[in-house]
Amino acid sequence: MGSVNATTPPSAHRNIVPAFRTFAAITGSGFRRYSTYRQATVAGAFTNTVFGFLRTYVLLAVAAGTATGLAGGYSQKQLVTFVWTGQGLLAVVALWGSTELADRIRTGDVASDLLRPVHPITMYLAADVGRAGHAVLTRFVPPVLTGLLFFDVYLPRQWFTAPLFVLSTGLAVLLCFACRFLVNSVAYWLTDIRGPMIAWMIGSGVLGGLFFPLRFLPEPLMVALWVATPFPGMLQTPLDVLVERDAPALRGGLVALQVMWAGLLLTACVMVQRRAERRLVIQGG
Amino acid sequence: MSVIEARGLRKEFTVRVKRSRLRREKRVVRAVDGVDLTVERGEMLGYIGPNGAGKSTTLKMMTGVLMPSGGEVRVCGYTPVPQRTKLARRIGVVFGQRSQLWWDLPLRDSFDLLRHIFRVPADDHASRLRRCRSLLDLDEFLEIPVRQLSLGQRMRGELTAALLHGPEVLFLDEPTIGLDVVSKQAVRSFLTEVGERGDTTLVLTTHDLADIERLCKRLVVIDHGRVVHDGTIDALHARYGSRRRVVVDLDEPVASFGDATVEADGRRLVFEVDGSAAAVVARLGGLPGLRDIAILEPDIEDVVARLYKTATEDAP
Repeated sequence: MGSVNATTPPSAHRNIVPAFRTFAAITGSGFRRYSTYRQATVAGAFTNTVFGFLRTYVLLAVAAGTATGLAGGYSQKQLVTFVWTGQGLLAVVALWGSTELADRIRTGDVASDLLRPVHPITMYLAADVGRAGHAVLTRFVPPVLTGLLFFDVYLPRQWFTAPLFVLSTGLAVLLCFACRFLVNSVAYWLTDIRGPMIAWMIGSGVLGGLFFPLRFLPEPLMVALWVATPFPGMLQTPLDVLVERDAPALRGGLVALQVMWAGLLLTACVMVQRRAERRLVIQGG
Repeated sequence: MSVIEARGLRKEFTVRVKRSRLRREKRVVRAVDGVDLTVERGEMLGYIGPNGAGKSTTLKMMTGVLMPSGGEVRVCGYTPVPQRTKLARRIGVVFGQRSQLWWDLPLRDSFDLLRHIFRVPADDHASRLRRCRSLLDLDEFLEIPVRQLSLGQRMRGELTAALLHGPEVLFLDEPTIGLDVVSKQAVRSFLTEVGERGDTTLVLTTHDLADIERLCKRLVVIDHGRVVHDGTIDALHARYGSRRRVVVDLDEPVASFGDATVEADGRRLVFEVDGSAAAVVARLGGLPGLRDIAILEPDIEDVVARLYKTATEDAP
C-alpha cells in the first residue's frame, strides 16, 4: 500500500547497523513477552530460591563430612556461591527451556517464521537473548540476594573474574539456546518430541552441573565431559569461573571451550535448519 | 509485466498408510501436479478448489515456505525457496488459520517489531499504519495482546501486518475463514480498496465464493493439483451454461407459457435467458393475475460445485 516499491534491502556494507537494530528490536520483544507473565516469574524465582536452600544444606553437609572441609575442591563458601548463583543462572540460560519451536513445527505455525526477511535462527536467538535479559533481572537477582543474606558466600578476588563471568554466562546462554533449538528441531522429523525433550532435560541437568558439581566426578570422566560435550559449558563453567575454582589460565581455557562449542552448535543449527526447510511439511494444511 | 510465473509446478508428499499391524506402505501423494500460471502486476486472482485440491500448497511454494518437487516458479523475479529472505520483503502473506503476530504482545508492538524486521522507514510505516487503522478500525484494540483479540480483530491485524512493508504481491490463504458477516465485509472492503489502487497484486484462496465475486475478475480453479479453469467468472458461467433466470409468480394457474418451465401447480413460471431479460419481461404483459417478477443471477456456487464434480469424475 502507499508505495509501489517494497522496502529494498540496503547493500551489504551498510547492513551492519540496520541488522543490529533489527536484532535489538527482536531482543526487546523477547524481553517484553516474558515481562507479561509476572505471576509465573514470581513463582519461578520463589521455587529456585527454595531449592537453593535444599541444595546448599546438602552440599555443606558433604563438605563438612570431609577431612579438609573441601568438597570437589570447593570450600564451603565457594559451594554456597556455586549453588545460589547456579539457582539464578538456571533461568537465565533456560536449561530446561520450552517446546515453543517444536509446537510451532507440529501445528504448522512455523510457516510464519519463514515469511520474514530474517533467518529463523537469528529471530529465535534474538528473542532468547531478550528472554535471558529479563531472567537476569527477575530470576537471577532474587536467589543471589537470598544467598548473600542467609549464608557466608565466596566473593571473587581477582578483577577479571567479573567480566570473564559475564562473558562465560553469555556463551552459556548461546550454547543452551543452540542445544534447545536442535532438540526442538527434531520435531521436523518426529513431530512428537516428548522423548528427546525428557532425555535433554535429564541429560542437561546431570551433565551441566545442576544436580551436583561435575568436579565430584572422577577426573577422566569429568575431562571427557568437558571436552567432548557442550553440557558443562551451560552452567558449570560460568559458576567455576565465578568461584575462581581453577588457575586463571585454566578458567580462560574453559571459556575457550565454550566458544568452540558455541561455534560448532550454531553451525549445526544452521545445517539442521537448511535440511529441515528442504523437507518441510506444513502440518494442518 | 508478470509478477508470478509458474511452469509445471509440482509438489509430492510421501504418506505412510497402515496395511497391517506391523506393515506400513509408503504412498506418494501429488498435492500439486503441473500447475502453469502467469499473474500480471496489479491483477486480483481468485484461486479456488475443493479441500485438498492443492491451493494452499501452491501458495506455500510461491511464498518460499515449501520446496517444489518439480517445475519452476518465480515470484517478483526471485526463485522462492533459495531467495526466500529477499522475496519476503516484496510479498505479504496472510494465512487465515495461522498467525504472524506475536501472541503475547499488544498489536501495536507486533507492528512496531515488523517495522524493524522488514526495515521499513519510520515515515512509510507510520503512513501505512495510519491508513490501515482508519480502514480497518484498529484503534479500539491496538493496545490489547494478540491472544485476547477476537478472530475478526486478529484478522484485521494480520492484514495490516502483511501490508506494512508495502508488498508488491499479497497472498491471502482463506482470509475470511471463520469470520462473521460484518468482519467478512470489513475484510472484503479493505481488500477492494487495496486492489483498486492497482499497485498490489492479490492472490486469494477461499471457499467463500462471495469473496471471489466481490474481489477477483480472474478465477483459477484447481482440482487434484491441476488447473481445471483459468479465466473470468463470466467465462466460467458461459463454459458451464449457467444462465439468468426470470421467475414469475401468478395468482391464476396456467398450463403452459412459451418456453417457460411451469412450477407450483401452474402458479410459477421460470424462464432461462442469456443476457438481457427485457424480451421475456415484455412478453409477460398479457398474463392474467401477474403477482411478482424476480430476475435471479446465475449462482456461482452451483457452477463451481458442478465444476468440482466434473473435475473429480474426470480425475485419473
